[in-house]
Amino acid sequence: MLTTHQAPTVRDAASPRLLARALEDLGQGLGRWRLPFALARMDIRNRYRGSVLGPFWLTLSTAVMLISLGFLYSQLFRLELREYLPFLAVSLILWSIISSMVTEGSNSLTDQEGVIRQMPQPYSVHALRCVMRNGIVAAHNLPLILLVFLACGWWPGMVAFWALPGLLLFVVNALAAAVLFGMLSARFRDIGPIVASVMQIGFFVSPIIWKPSLLEDRAKWLVFNPFYAVMETVRGPLVEGGVSPVIWGAALFYSAILCAAAFYLFVRFRARIAFWV
Amino acid sequence: MAHIDVHGVAIDFPLYHVGARSLKKRILAAASRRMEQDANDRVVVAALRDLTFHIGRGERVALIGQNGAGKSTLLRTIAGIYDPVGGRIEVQGEIGSLIDPGAGMDPWATGLENVRLRAWYRGMTDAQAEALARDVVTFSGLDEFLDVPVRTYSAGMQLRLAFAMATAMQPDILLMDEWFLAGDADFMEKAEERLAALVRDAEILVLATHSLDVVRRWCTRVIRLEAGRIVQDGAVDEVLGPA
Repeated sequence: MLTTHQAPTVRDAASPRLLARALEDLGQGLGRWRLPFALARMDIRNRYRGSVLGPFWLTLSTAVMLISLGFLYSQLFRLELREYLPFLAVSLILWSIISSMVTEGSNSLTDQEGVIRQMPQPYSVHALRCVMRNGIVAAHNLPLILLVFLACGWWPGMVAFWALPGLLLFVVNALAAAVLFGMLSARFRDIGPIVASVMQIGFFVSPIIWKPSLLEDRAKWLVFNPFYAVMETVRGPLVEGGVSPVIWGAALFYSAILCAAAFYLFVRFRARIAFWV
Repeated sequence: MAHIDVHGVAIDFPLYHVGARSLKKRILAAASRRMEQDANDRVVVAALRDLTFHIGRGERVALIGQNGAGKSTLLRTIAGIYDPVGGRIEVQGEIGSLIDPGAGMDPWATGLENVRLRAWYRGMTDAQAEALARDVVTFSGLDEFLDVPVRTYSAGMQLRLAFAMATAMQPDILLMDEWFLAGDADFMEKAEERLAALVRDAEILVLATHSLDVVRRWCTRVIRLEAGRIVQDGAVDEVLGPA
């Protein structure tokens, strides 16, 4: 066979070539993008198998939540529903992306134990599967934002396009989260529940159902909340007429920390994953 | 030319569930010195210890030994699933492994969807995936069942699909776990022919087995493992005695 002309694969404990092999893994995983995409689609399909609406349950349940929370909190906060609902729609949908990405990211590797221990695969395939699955979920929810904008007569203008680099930042962070939390919770099984409860606190301390303006002059401290900074890169252009460079800077800073941590762990401990799961 | 060169390879299995898997134990361990010693004294199973051997072109090697001797771990290490903790392993040639053919199957997906999935798992091109699908359709004889979810299959049908997918390849190095040679008699007649062709075309066969009949039938060399070490390595008659 042709392959016999290839150089031999060498795995040497004395010179493990950690960085090269981690990059190879990422490259192969991205090169095989169709595999994680197909797996992600199957995950969604399996989740809603047999139901009439299928994955549109995602859209419907988000819509129901938006409408009910919108009515409730616009009353509580004494805000005009038409002004409050666009903000709430964007916030809740963005938060659900962050939150499900982080919690599902914790299972990105442990869920695939059966594959990892039986078939040599780039580990990045499993992380990408998780990212793509959440991307598909997000694609079922994001159009709701447009519907809410139309219904409330809110038009952000051209500045809305600034949300696109923000969404790109979401994707990068999602991959880093899937790798970082996937590896951590494969090694320490308590990480999953810890992450889940941190996300619950995150929901309340971040301005998602309440507007940042409620904090009045204390709002300047919000920049220290990573969830807020990252979320704001998309939300700002859509409902607040833009994002300040400070927020973008903070968001990039937090993302860089997340990515660096994920990359370090991946380079350093990638070969241990098969023993951990 | 295909070869496998293993030098001083060691694999340790940390038993996290027994030792210091949870964060709580880690933190508690940091708090009290005695427990730290316990925690650092991780329960580790030395699955493979200081293995050195070379397998060259044309060799048909049987790995024998009791349960837990390290046969499957060694297969998985050659396959690239486990990285050695110590030592060096060099593999030249494309590997095909028949370790667990059911791995990566989605029970809710149809037979054909699973075939496509498998093609992607193996990193095949579209043309190769097409060929794989054709081959599986012909060999498995599952016909219209290929269009229904795999979970509706009988155990025998699932085995047939798994076997058809797993054996549709032409690797230089064939890694095989013995269960592949066990199966219902009816299907095995057909399967054996295909396996024989696979083995014939591969430059190297490494087979983990308990059955001495299988060894004598398929292999030219035997490596006997005991508690993760090689205790015997030689021609079949040398290790097992004359038939």
